[in-house]
Amino acid sequence: MNRPRTHHSAKEIAAVPIEGRDHIQGPIDAPIALVEYGDYQCPHCGAAYPIVKALQKRLGKHLRFAFRNFPLSESHEFAEHAAEAAEAAADQGKFWEMHDLLFENQDALDDDSLANYATDLGLDSIRLKREVMSGSRAERVREDFRSGLRNGVNGTPTFFINGERYDGAFDFEAILAALSNKTM
Amino acid sequence: MHHSSALPPSSLAPDFSLHSTPDQLVRLSDFRGRPVVLAFYPADWSPVCGDQMALYNEMLAEFTEYGAELIGISVDGPWCHTAFSQARKLHFPLLADFEPKGEVARKYGVYRADEGTSERALFVIDGNGRIHWSYVSPIGVNPGADGILKALEDLQQKEETP
Repeated sequence: MNRPRTHHSAKEIAAVPIEGRDHIQGPIDAPIALVEYGDYQCPHCGAAYPIVKALQKRLGKHLRFAFRNFPLSESHEFAEHAAEAAEAAADQGKFWEMHDLLFENQDALDDDSLANYATDLGLDSIRLKREVMSGSRAERVREDFRSGLRNGVNGTPTFFINGERYDGAFDFEAILAALSNKTM
Repeated sequence: MHHSSALPPSSLAPDFSLHSTPDQLVRLSDFRGRPVVLAFYPADWSPVCGDQMALYNEMLAEFTEYGAELIGISVDGPWCHTAFSQARKLHFPLLADFEPKGEVARKYGVYRADEGTSERALFVIDGNGRIHWSYVSPIGVNPGADGILKALEDLQQKEETP
């Protein structure tokens, strides 16, 4: 892994899915790139979660989607550990499964619940909990966060379409229209 | 509408002394020697402001890396700031530009007389008390932090290569 490690590299992490760094769904040659900066405890991100799913279903192989962490920990006490749990799940090969479970269970994101979700997914939950408690994924989460600050994230969720911040409404039709413009 | 009245870069930042809490005063010149990020916002409690201050609250470590101090400022009174700050768990001072109302915002050229609030305006002030960068955001748009971080970085580079 040649993952950037320092503050000064965070500004060079563009708001497009980056192979080998990001958690990505959709083909590499998809004409539309969508990046979400999100917080698992943020209700607006929870509301956007099924919309992103529906957009992926509608656009199929035309869409490439990456999720980056932007936990607002002072407002959302469980957001940081939830983000770290998803990153820890990624190391056991189940990032997206954990990502989905977290958004589907936004009202139960305490450490014990995180460990239970790991068990539900057939992961080594003791390892995951240890990694979360020791903060071993904190640096990665912070790097996502800092790249978001540099890219102009101003709240959660913030979406970027082909590298440009999307400032429109968060409903399906509005985002679909913005994404569809990019296929022309 | 035009926002050309905000004090531009290289102007001297007008000094002020304002309450952050009912019994604490903060003076701009006390921060001489390090950069200050001065964030004017229209009002406590409005959802957009909450988001902007909440965002800055999450990135105090980033400001600290540049040795910078963050100060929020609005026309709300110190009691209002105290309640808002506690509710949002803010870890930086909010100053009350309350009496005479909006006086500091006027000095910085970012007062909206019709609404009786300040603009949503950002100033990065250097260690000598000069404005290095300023930006006025459309009132309903959270400007985020990328402009501030670029300005602080630029300032740091400028100071390293005099």
